[in-house]
Amino acid sequence: MSAARRTAVRAAAPERVDVGRSAGAAPDPVTLYRRMVLIRRFEERCAELYSAGTIRGFLHLYIGEEAVAVGVLDHLGPDDAVVATYRDHGQALARGVPAGPIMAEMFGRLEGVCRGRGGSMHLFHAPTRFFGGNGIVGGGLPLAVGLALADHMQGRERVTVCFFGEGAMAEGEFHESINLAALWKLPVLFLCENNLYAMGTALDRSESETNLAVKAASYEVPAWSCDGMDVLAVWEAAHRAVELVRSGGGPVFLEAKTYRFRAHSMYDPDRYRSKEEIEHWRERDPLLLMRARLAADGVDAAAQDRIEEEVAAEIDAAVAFAEAGTDEPVESLLAFVTSDEVTS
Amino acid sequence: MTTTVDTGTTYREAVREAMRDAMRRDERVFLMGEDVGRYGGGFGVSLGLLEEFGEERVRDAPLSESAFVGAGIGAALGGMRPIVEVMTVNFVMLALDQIVNTAAALLHMSGGQFAVPVVIRMTTGGGRQLAAQHSHSLENWFAHVPGLRVLAPATIADARGMLWPALLDPDPVIIVEHGSLYNAKGPAPDTSLAVDISRAAVRRTGDDVTVVTHGGSLGLVEEAAERLAADGIGVEVIDLRVLRPLDDATVNESVRRTHRAVVVDEGWRTGGLSAEVAARIAETCFYDLDAPVGRVCAAEVPIPYARHLEEAALPSAARVVAAVHEAVDRRG
Repeated sequence: MSAARRTAVRAAAPERVDVGRSAGAAPDPVTLYRRMVLIRRFEERCAELYSAGTIRGFLHLYIGEEAVAVGVLDHLGPDDAVVATYRDHGQALARGVPAGPIMAEMFGRLEGVCRGRGGSMHLFHAPTRFFGGNGIVGGGLPLAVGLALADHMQGRERVTVCFFGEGAMAEGEFHESINLAALWKLPVLFLCENNLYAMGTALDRSESETNLAVKAASYEVPAWSCDGMDVLAVWEAAHRAVELVRSGGGPVFLEAKTYRFRAHSMYDPDRYRSKEEIEHWRERDPLLLMRARLAADGVDAAAQDRIEEEVAAEIDAAVAFAEAGTDEPVESLLAFVTSDEVTS
Repeated sequence: MTTTVDTGTTYREAVREAMRDAMRRDERVFLMGEDVGRYGGGFGVSLGLLEEFGEERVRDAPLSESAFVGAGIGAALGGMRPIVEVMTVNFVMLALDQIVNTAAALLHMSGGQFAVPVVIRMTTGGGRQLAAQHSHSLENWFAHVPGLRVLAPATIADARGMLWPALLDPDPVIIVEHGSLYNAKGPAPDTSLAVDISRAAVRRTGDDVTVVTHGGSLGLVEEAAERLAADGIGVEVIDLRVLRPLDDATVNESVRRTHRAVVVDEGWRTGGLSAEVAARIAETCFYDLDAPVGRVCAAEVPIPYARHLEEAALPSAARVVAAVHEAVDRRG
């Protein structure tokens, strides 16, 4: 690929980088809440668009897990890196990847973050150092270790946050990666989103040790858990974790105990868990918890309504951006297979 | 009067010199893999590099192929230029997820945002009585995958020269080194010449038949060509060098002239690299052929330990001679 072409590709992704950390050691509850609302409403719109046939392929929604990405990624600066899972819309939005190009990606448009080549599971965004979007459970962990290795070898005080689900902890790549990161004292935050189900297989049906922090700690890695439904609890736990990683002591493992309110993907009939269980968790909906907290802090209903209105407008704009998008010419099919576009 | 005595070198030393040179030229280059440091490499290739470059740049990795190959990919994304050594192709199967799902796909999946400049080296091949699990020739698996460049240095010059351009490639490069080549001796290559990593090489010219091969089979093909020359048969020997993307032009030009082709590949025949090469010849040179394309491949068997059985399983000069006779003796 020519330099001009590469520049053009990069320019296609808007350069808005909103990865600002909350100032100092205190979270900004309104900002955190707003980001969670953005993810929730974005995902709800995705579900509608999927049902309408506009979004195709696999679609894994982050609804119920918003507090995790929002609470963790608030601690990263622009030079830090994020390695995500296939349930990556929330992680991308929380990182500051703009909603329009994410939506356009799911529409398969040229204006998508990956020019329509990745889709829902493979969101990548160089300006925010967002390294995808991995459809292989556990596949992102070695990548995160390598990003941290590069930082370590180049003397950069950066943090790589690696998201994965508890299902990934049954994969060899989890054990290989956390061992390697611990052995070489690499700056990785291993962030386990424990939503209790690996697709349809419950944690206690796939793990002999269900205390995940105990498993991780066996690699001599500081490891603890937090309430993944409470964004302030996540924020506090991640604050400590990110600071520890940034201090150069090596990796940290943080488990966020969370729950997805929707099925694994839009294909999933959700036969493996009870309605009662889902309802029980919905009582601890991260948005509900935060609304109560905001009310207690004096943020009135009108202010919350304004947040909803702003978010609705942002999502409408994202959908409009995607709808106005164009199809990449089929003549470009073989582009980006190699950097010089040479194909065989 | 002064004389310079070329004391020669080995394939092993050539690979080592290539790595040493690359690490001296670019501080982003580092070597990572199993036993590459204190042990000196499973095949002694990296002996002495730890002493020269230290533990930061010659990194002994645990037996975690997926993690250290994936870490090489991640480090490449982070601005380094890693050389990842996987001891053998037999073990790389534990890292195929990282190579196929990540390294090869990332540039495309990301819409051109993230190129992966990693080099992954490994030995391949049999012939040393190492039995089924240590004798694979699976380089065709990598040659199957868009997004990878696959190199098979068959000569000391290529062992010395291919690494640097591979490191300059912005995309992932797989280098397969046949294990039986490491002790091969020859004159030290001229390092002032740029080495191409996109073209096949005509190693011997001939008018009667084109024999296409790569890697560890080049030697036995050249031996066969010598024997056939004594019978008055001129064999043109093509060393593919680059298994992906294949250099069709060099093969086609030769076959159109000789009108006969034999493909020699230590991999299995079914679904193998030889099948791809033969199919391409059939697609583009069908009307130029005076005989069906012949193939000499490994027998369809897990490679056995016993010497006589292993010899029977793998390509040999005698089998190449027979295949060439089959092609040449047939009246077109």
